[in-house]
Amino acid sequence: MNAKQRGSLAERAFDLFNYVFMALFSFICVYPFYYVFIYSISEPRLAQKGVYFWPGSLNFDAYVKVFSLNTIPHAFLVSVEKTLIFTVLCVYFSAMLSYLFTKHQMPFRRLMYRIVISSMYLNSGLIPWYITMKTYGLRNSFLLYVIPGIINAFYIILIKTYIEQLPSSLEESAQLDGAGFMTIFNKIIFPLSKPIVATVAVYASVGCWNSWIDNYLLVEKANLQTIQVILYGYLNEAQSMTQDLASMAAHAGAGRQLQFSPETIKMSITVISVLPIILVYPFLQKNFIKGIMLGAVKG
Amino acid sequence: MLSKKNRIGWKYFLIAMPFMIYVIAFYFVPLFGWIYSFYNYNPALSFSQLKFVGFDNFMKMYNERSEIYRVLKNTLAMSFLLILVTPLPLIAAIMMNEIRHNKYKRFIQTVTTLPNFISWIVVFALAFAVFSSDGLYYTLLKNLHLDVPVIGLLGNNGAAWFFQAGLYVWKTIGWTMIIYMAAIAGIDSEQYEAARIDGAGKFGLMRHITIPGLAPTFFVLLLLQISNLLNNGFDQYFVFYNSLVADKLDVLDFYIYKVGWAVSDYSYATVLGMVKSLLGIALLFSVNYLSKKTKGESIL
Repeated sequence: MNAKQRGSLAERAFDLFNYVFMALFSFICVYPFYYVFIYSISEPRLAQKGVYFWPGSLNFDAYVKVFSLNTIPHAFLVSVEKTLIFTVLCVYFSAMLSYLFTKHQMPFRRLMYRIVISSMYLNSGLIPWYITMKTYGLRNSFLLYVIPGIINAFYIILIKTYIEQLPSSLEESAQLDGAGFMTIFNKIIFPLSKPIVATVAVYASVGCWNSWIDNYLLVEKANLQTIQVILYGYLNEAQSMTQDLASMAAHAGAGRQLQFSPETIKMSITVISVLPIILVYPFLQKNFIKGIMLGAVKG
Repeated sequence: MLSKKNRIGWKYFLIAMPFMIYVIAFYFVPLFGWIYSFYNYNPALSFSQLKFVGFDNFMKMYNERSEIYRVLKNTLAMSFLLILVTPLPLIAAIMMNEIRHNKYKRFIQTVTTLPNFISWIVVFALAFAVFSSDGLYYTLLKNLHLDVPVIGLLGNNGAAWFFQAGLYVWKTIGWTMIIYMAAIAGIDSEQYEAARIDGAGKFGLMRHITIPGLAPTFFVLLLLQISNLLNNGFDQYFVFYNSLVADKLDVLDFYIYKVGWAVSDYSYATVLGMVKSLLGIALLFSVNYLSKKTKGESIL
């Protein structure tokens, strides 16, 4: 359109400012990630002097060291495992309950729906939650990561709204063919709900990947630690990690051996813990936005 | 006799039962833990061995009121700062809406939402890399031969609240912007056309159409922020806590954790958590009531 004709000087000045400002804003959001990445692959001594836009001579020793440490690859796998299992359970069972809530002939449907929704507003607080989880025997158990939270009121609202607008003809004809509840759900409803299921799966998996309080407060077992808590431990140089870091520093001084510093180690663990998010980021972002749109329509 | 329809209904009911038991077990049963506010909880004892102390734990809130004031001051200061910055994502979204190159727009959206997807532990890792006393910022100052502050930003007591508010904005702004972008997309384009025909320029459109169009969304988000007056969240304050900024980052959510784990006063921590939850719910419903009264709309 006739932007040139219409644009007054003030408007063009605004446009220029706007483009520059947005560039700066984007830079601030993404640069810390980039900085940590280039630091982690720099030679420690050069990194310490300052790296800004380009790594100071490529050096992957920190990663070699981190992967030889055992605890970190293992914690990474625990995180991946719990995220996958939790997401599958959460999506499948939330969808099933949502489907039940669309069944008008089910007695007490409204009451049950209200109970589920009200769970969104209940917050018992840290201590009662802790005591309850302990009582259920979830302390020091992998199940703590994947059982609590698989029924989530927000997801139920999203999926139920979606299922309600699916055409009922498919379901009815399957019923006439004698298909039972589980068959209809597994073969028809769940596959048809794929778009919303993808959105919920993204919410659930990001939440699970990033969660750490359950691990931090209730799981001490070394082989059940998640990458988030391990990262936190290294950042704070928690006791078990200081020895690792100290031995690293000693090695680093010896030269000829692997070259790394406590800093490059911390940076590389940070990179490892963000990597899965970055790898699937376009998919994540698309579905997150879809969730906001649906939520906005609903709310 | 049950009709066939009802029989199917009850079958669904039976299938729903395990789900309901699950919901009760994981969302409602923990509420019974509030009973420990009236006891002297000791993890080593069974419930029948616990000593009933009545309202002693509640009295403790009064007896330790100077501590409570201190914690509340931090909590409210942070909440106030976060309420103060609620217009930022709105402004950013309006500006973003003026970007006409779709690719650039998509790039900004992609990049600015990235911080939303990481945990506070990773935010801490990044902040540490940039702002700790031998992090990027100070290295840069040194290399430019500028004055280097003795204490890094992570340990700067005077700036602690503002620093935390800044981190919060950094993490959430891209995400909240998308909510506003969705609202802008929902504004009837005919309104823009009509205003343009009436001779409105870029700023006129912004002021008379975009901003009024976004007002309801802004109002809802503002009310939700206000209803979170006592909930600053736990993660952020836990990871950024250190001895230099301890007195500033002691917000309610973190203080409850400290009372529970560092002091092992489980009962008192339960009382604090319970009071916080109840006040939070009361606040949410009053804000919702206010919204219904003034705007005729519920935000829940």
